[in-house]
Amino acid sequence: MRGVEVRGVESFKAPVLRAAIGIGIYAGAFSFSFGAVSIASGLSLAQTLVLSLVMFSGASQFAFVGVAAAAGSPYSAIPAALLLATRNAFYGLPVSEILQPRGPARLWTAHFVLDETTAMAVAQPTRGAQRYAFWATGLILCTLWQCGTFLGARVGAVIDPLTFGLDASPAVFLALLWPALARPRARLVAGAGAVVALGLVPLAPAGVPVIAAAAVALLAGIIPRRSAA
Amino acid sequence: MTPLWAAVVVACLGSYALKLAGVSLPESVLGHPGVQRVAALLPVAMLAALVAVQLFDGGGRYTLDWRTLTGLLAGLVALLLRAGLLVVFVVSIAVTAGLRALV
Repeated sequence: MRGVEVRGVESFKAPVLRAAIGIGIYAGAFSFSFGAVSIASGLSLAQTLVLSLVMFSGASQFAFVGVAAAAGSPYSAIPAALLLATRNAFYGLPVSEILQPRGPARLWTAHFVLDETTAMAVAQPTRGAQRYAFWATGLILCTLWQCGTFLGARVGAVIDPLTFGLDASPAVFLALLWPALARPRARLVAGAGAVVALGLVPLAPAGVPVIAAAAVALLAGIIPRRSAA
Repeated sequence: MTPLWAAVVVACLGSYALKLAGVSLPESVLGHPGVQRVAALLPVAMLAALVAVQLFDGGGRYTLDWRTLTGLLAGLVALLLRAGLLVVFVVSIAVTAGLRALV
């Protein structure tokens, strides 16, 4: 039994590690652009690095700097970032089942609960492979995420980001949104969210329109679906 | 502490608290179907709102930078061609930057 397990462990490690490195490189390039955009949005190098180290969630980080740059008060960036981060709480369900963290292990496991680590873990066939995939992806991604952020922030401080189109972040949000739009109900919610936010642009303080769009998700989630949309 | 620093710290701690709640809360809370539906739709509504606001909000009034729009449309074409997130971003940036340099 033990021998079978060890052989099993050896065979799954290499492909999982290759996939994790691929995801990590991709994430590093993504965080590079975050670093540059963050500096362009008026955040300091230290603030940019803290966001990547502690918030450690791409969509939330981009939303934070986007709203903080536009808003009169940076505090309106807080709910925007946190509402986007709520999905990480739900990734906790499958991750807890796989890793079964107890006591203090929850404290460091939680930090690595992300889109990528959850997707990699649940995709593996065995418990051992799932655990290995979670930690390999989490640690590699985290390391390259910090390196990418630092390099991007340094480059962003030297060049004029506006000249290089680095403020053109609507494409980032569109790309993050894209996979979800396969579902008709999600397309409806996306359209309604955009309309609500746009309608509030001249009426509400900066940052509020994006947060108000969360109400659309709340309504759409509570109202039971009439068809199998 | 400046307001921006305070916002960074609060948002970071809040983000970590959400992850910690995910691995600590009982399944009966997070596993509720209504809660899961809202959670799945939250990023959809907010990311769409972010696209719209970044494109049209010029500080409380409507503006549109056609070079940003063209960059976004180029990104959309890349998405339709099934390009990855990073390719989409690079294409969009390159188009916007190119137009700004030329026009």
